[in-house]
Amino acid sequence: MDPKPLWLLAELTYRCPLQCPYCSNPLEFAGPRFKRELSTEEWCRVFRDAKALGVLQLGLSGGEPTLRSDLEELVRTAHELGLYSSLITSAYRLTRDRLAALRQAGLDHVQISIQGADAELSDEIAGTASYRDKIAAYHYTRELGFPLTVNVVLHRRNLHQVEALIRLAESLGAERIELANTQFYGWAFHNRDALMPTKAQLEAAWAVVQRERQRLGGRLEIVWVLPDYHEQFPKPCMGGWGRAYMTVTPAGEVWPCHAAGRITTLRFESVRERPLEWIWHESEAFNRFRGESWMPEPCRSCPRKEMDYGGCRCQAFLVAGDAGVTDPVCSLSPRRHLIDATVAQVERGAAAQATPEQWTYRAAPASRALAAKG
Amino acid sequence: MSPASAAAVPRVAPKARLQWDDVRNRHVLLYPEGLVILNHTGAEILGVCDGVRSLAEIVATLEQRYGASGLEPDVCALLDGLAAKGLVLYGP
Repeated sequence: MDPKPLWLLAELTYRCPLQCPYCSNPLEFAGPRFKRELSTEEWCRVFRDAKALGVLQLGLSGGEPTLRSDLEELVRTAHELGLYSSLITSAYRLTRDRLAALRQAGLDHVQISIQGADAELSDEIAGTASYRDKIAAYHYTRELGFPLTVNVVLHRRNLHQVEALIRLAESLGAERIELANTQFYGWAFHNRDALMPTKAQLEAAWAVVQRERQRLGGRLEIVWVLPDYHEQFPKPCMGGWGRAYMTVTPAGEVWPCHAAGRITTLRFESVRERPLEWIWHESEAFNRFRGESWMPEPCRSCPRKEMDYGGCRCQAFLVAGDAGVTDPVCSLSPRRHLIDATVAQVERGAAAQATPEQWTYRAAPASRALAAKG
Repeated sequence: MSPASAAAVPRVAPKARLQWDDVRNRHVLLYPEGLVILNHTGAEILGVCDGVRSLAEIVATLEQRYGASGLEPDVCALLDGLAAKGLVLYGP
């Protein structure tokens, strides 16, 4: 029997006032594939169908989800269904009144991103002056009684700030800080050479995390998301393909994770054409890499397959050009040299003190230009 | 040995929510970025953590309900595990 999903990531819109160069949204987010956003009624139907399938956790994300003027209504529906809802926001222009209305509607948890520990770096990485709004919104969430997660995507330009970021989250009274090393999909893959940290940076940051965990005890949970290019074995991506997780994009396509839409060899269905239940159980995209029967060697005979499910299909597609091979991050993969070459290039550049490459900001004109290039 | 005294009053933390899931026919405890699917015993224990009863009263209530004795280690093991994750709070 197929597993029951637990998680739904609802990407309500790909519009976003921030321009972070590591954005996980598709490069072609501004193109026709994602243009016609689902209506309020369509989203509410998705939530109902997801709950009936077994979903319990709902992430309201984007893009910037607060740009949807119907967000309160969507939250209310989710709450009535018994979904535990998290708002995943940049907090740009997010007012106390809006947060209070969302609280009233039944929102359970707020996660606010920050790009650096001070306004100068945070605003530079975001490409938009947003630091002040974020700090204000952190305080509003505390005043309104929301559990708060501070989320930081880490990369070469901000890894040195890990201690200051933890201190910031502590001073805000957050429950959790997620220190998520950049995973290379979407815009992050496009900007990989500019974002990839050095091994020395990662080791220094990890030492800080261990020390701060000791100091803080249970007062602040520090979540450290590993930088998988620097690991020996792949991550158990999404807890396995089509096992617990689904993403619905702004225009209604359903993906096994928020990066899967990039795999051009799969056909993705839309909630506008098919019931969610059919998509989860029957569609080619969800079944293609479900379970173990798709696995090639070295995964097929490897005892680790029950721990990592063969790693990440999107990474296999992006790096090795084939979504059906072992995640090239795995040291047992015959394609690991592709990862090693990328890491080594960054180390050489750092040793020579070369200026890192410039990144491309995530923005609609760049997106359209990249979509046109294919 | 539980870090909480017998007089401590355990309750589900505000960030967490205990509810019935009719897809799995189980109680679930939902919290930011996570969840616990509870077995019957776990759900029974959390169900009597009403923020009024003390740990000793909770153990007594459950022992009476099931005509059992010596439940304290099981109750404490569950509650302490959840308390370590910040999902149960011990109040005075």
